[in-house]
Amino acid sequence: MQIRRKSFLALGGLAASMTVLAACGGSDSDTGGDTGGGASDGGGAASGGGSEGRLVIWADEEKAPALEPSAKAWGEENGIEVVVEVVPGDELQTNFITANQAGNGPDLTMGAHDWIGNLVQNGSISPVQLPADVSDTIAPIGIEAVTYDGQTYGVPYAVETLALFANHDLTDAPTPGTFEELISAAEAGGAENILSLPIGEEGDPYHMQPIYTSAGGYLFGKDAEGNLDPSDMGVGKEGSLAAADKIAALGEQGVLKNSITGDNSISLFTEGKSAYLISGPWALADVRNAGFEFTVSAIPGFEGMEDAAPFAGVNSFYVASNAANAGFAQQFMTDVASSPDVAKAMYEANPLPPVNLELREEIASTDEHVIIFAEAAEAADPMPAIPAMSAIWGPLGIAQANIVGGDDPHPAMQAAGEEITTAIG
Amino acid sequence: MTSTHAPVHRTRSTSVPAMVTRILVLGITLAVTVFIAPVLISQQSWMWLTVLLLSAAGIFALYSTKRFVPGKYLFPGTFFLSIFLILPIILTVGYSFTNYGDGTRGTKEQAIGSIVANSVQQSPDAPRYAMTVATTGTAAEGPFELFLVDPDDGTVYRGDTENALEEVPAGDVTVAEGRVTDVDGLTVLNAAEVNAVYNDLIELTVPVDDSSAVRPLGVNQAFVGTTVLQYDEGADTITDTATGEVYTVGLIGDEEYFVDSDGQRAFSQSWLQSVGISNYERLFTNPTVAGQFFSAFVWTLVFAAGSVLLTFALGFALALILNDQRLKGRRIYRSILIMPYAIPGFISLLVWSNFYNQEFGLINQTLGLNLNWFGDPTLAQTAVLLTNLWMGFPYMFIVSTGALQAIPDELTEAARMDGASPLQATSKIVLPLLLVAVAPLLVSSFAFNFNNFNAIELLTGGGPFPDGSGRGSTDILISMVYRIAFGGSGADFGFASAVSVCLFILTGVLAAIQFRFTNVLEDVN
Repeated sequence: MQIRRKSFLALGGLAASMTVLAACGGSDSDTGGDTGGGASDGGGAASGGGSEGRLVIWADEEKAPALEPSAKAWGEENGIEVVVEVVPGDELQTNFITANQAGNGPDLTMGAHDWIGNLVQNGSISPVQLPADVSDTIAPIGIEAVTYDGQTYGVPYAVETLALFANHDLTDAPTPGTFEELISAAEAGGAENILSLPIGEEGDPYHMQPIYTSAGGYLFGKDAEGNLDPSDMGVGKEGSLAAADKIAALGEQGVLKNSITGDNSISLFTEGKSAYLISGPWALADVRNAGFEFTVSAIPGFEGMEDAAPFAGVNSFYVASNAANAGFAQQFMTDVASSPDVAKAMYEANPLPPVNLELREEIASTDEHVIIFAEAAEAADPMPAIPAMSAIWGPLGIAQANIVGGDDPHPAMQAAGEEITTAIG
Repeated sequence: MTSTHAPVHRTRSTSVPAMVTRILVLGITLAVTVFIAPVLISQQSWMWLTVLLLSAAGIFALYSTKRFVPGKYLFPGTFFLSIFLILPIILTVGYSFTNYGDGTRGTKEQAIGSIVANSVQQSPDAPRYAMTVATTGTAAEGPFELFLVDPDDGTVYRGDTENALEEVPAGDVTVAEGRVTDVDGLTVLNAAEVNAVYNDLIELTVPVDDSSAVRPLGVNQAFVGTTVLQYDEGADTITDTATGEVYTVGLIGDEEYFVDSDGQRAFSQSWLQSVGISNYERLFTNPTVAGQFFSAFVWTLVFAAGSVLLTFALGFALALILNDQRLKGRRIYRSILIMPYAIPGFISLLVWSNFYNQEFGLINQTLGLNLNWFGDPTLAQTAVLLTNLWMGFPYMFIVSTGALQAIPDELTEAARMDGASPLQATSKIVLPLLLVAVAPLLVSSFAFNFNNFNAIELLTGGGPFPDGSGRGSTDILISMVYRIAFGGSGADFGFASAVSVCLFILTGVLAAIQFRFTNVLEDVN
């Protein structure tokens, strides 16, 4: 009875916010049960997550096991018990906002840097004061990514971006200099598919971004201070129309296909059915197991056009604005920012390209692929963190998918631009 | 009824197990109430506190005496009905008149607090001190004073909110490993104690000059920083102390924000406000939204009705065939047919979604077709119905098999004797009898499919999106609401609530019609 009451209170809070979206509300409260800790199941629990004397960190299922040992060791050194709780990655951000608002969230959370805009508008995180010499310890892309409206909000530890994988059996140009070269090399190699790039019916602007930017498209312009300007939205403007033409041509040629989706893009490449793959460091393990020789390199642009600039996503730590142990939480952030210990332990358990420069040097000779990704990230654009970005994904993806499928490129891209503008308001 | 019966009843109702159960239930109720009430008070959730106290009082009033016998039976159902059904509906209706969503979750005070707190800027050239907190009082109450060691030259400073930084003579404090560990006449706080009073310490800013101050950072460091933005409560404005710009509260759309002198939104933080009926206005007056709502509604009806009819037709047909005594190995067939039902729905939906892939999918490859299943609206809708048929027919098969076995064979035999063809016997005798038992299940299956979010989201994701709009060709109402609530500019719970209320009314009307329908069936009988 007691337990039922508690979870019902948690559920009640969710039900209130999620309204009749029972599916989502239900799964959110289920999460609470999964994590097992007081933090996420405690809609009405007395202690909540970040109770005093217990530093609670939320992380997704992949990063939590990597973080736990080093975080616990840090806690022992500093005299506080550290608890790492697993929250499914796709629900982490919303759960964090909701739990923090209700006063029973964690002290720290891990997450992608492009959450910052939404976390700030919801008042969910506190700013972080990075040490003055942080540029000696952390790569510029990491610092750029966690800076939002002139304030730093997180401490980065890993960076993810897209690169080009080439199957040596199917192409003679493992590091093509231009996109045109990529196509002709794959055609010459007789591959079943030229390029494996997920699109599907909903589109995938994240993976399409290198092509979109190389052809001149942009998402948001920058204002005088270098902050992204939501009123200067590039979808539907000239550059994006040029990109739409390119995407349409590639679709017609069969280089881009709606039938390649997030579910099959990596497996097509590892099964030898595609000469090239555009994907991130998460594909490395599968590709290494595939048993053929491959090369990872930066994604080429179109001949005579801009360089391809994929998105960089930076994984970071954030301090909750309602942290019960804000003192220790800030201490943890400062320590992670200045010493590679935590990042190193996490790299060993889950090899993502680190932003810590010392760690990069250490692994430079042992893990060339990860370093290629880390270097590619320096040339990439940090994913826009402004809340307006969430209005982009849906319409832009659909427009791109429809253009690949044969829709008239200009009207489709312009319609997406109008829809996004309306949504940003 | 003789008088001798009454005492027997009375003794039974106060038997020992009954008494113990009653005491246990009331005791647990009391314990739960006492346990949760302080939590709710500390969280200031007055509404849930009222609910808790009222239900606890209700349980005590009803179950502690022997009176209110009907009440004893009515209470549990009513309680759960109101908590899990009626209250969420009331809350949904309430939220549909607000702007609740991302950026507008909290109060105005919280938004201002967040804006001001986020404006603390570290002075670029100032040192980062090693900090020690000491007090003349207790570690929990203070008053607190900061002792700072400059890492560059080892100079020790002290200060608090009133007293600016001053250098401490070397003899007064003990410095070890670059930090103050002991102060004459003062208690030094350890890390855990500093952490415990951290929220008070943040208020403790030791002025360095006119604009900047030393602030604690973590449990053993301090930095020099400036709070760039200041809130003026009297004028309800936020002032930028660096540029002198004043931000006032202004309307953007129908929501209040802090805006600059040009009326542009200055900060993304806003707060929960009542927006009247503007969510409903948006739904009914915006031609695209209204159009999407209507086409989603039509497809929802087609999808739900189609799913029910198809699954029932197939399930019933298979049940009829396998009910024939002449068929051998009926058990094996039956077990095989139930297989789809045994696979978790999530998995089969995801597997099916890959089957339909135009180029690499099993269906096109096996049949040698090149159908663009998920790219063509009609084909995508067909694919959704086919998959739902595969997922749903075993249920109808089981139900029909059960119901068929309850219909005596004599009835069909009698019909055959009277000259009815097998088809006539089935459609005129068996089917009507079967429907009496099965109709309520068909109705509930319709209601289930009406809100069958998973079937759409996991299979097609709502796609394709031929006109580039937010509603896909296979989006039913609930998946469209989901897209509205979580797409666009972040979560828009207010608008989604308004859509949900309309959805609720629609479903209510449909349910009423369905009940009429089942009543008619029973009347026929």
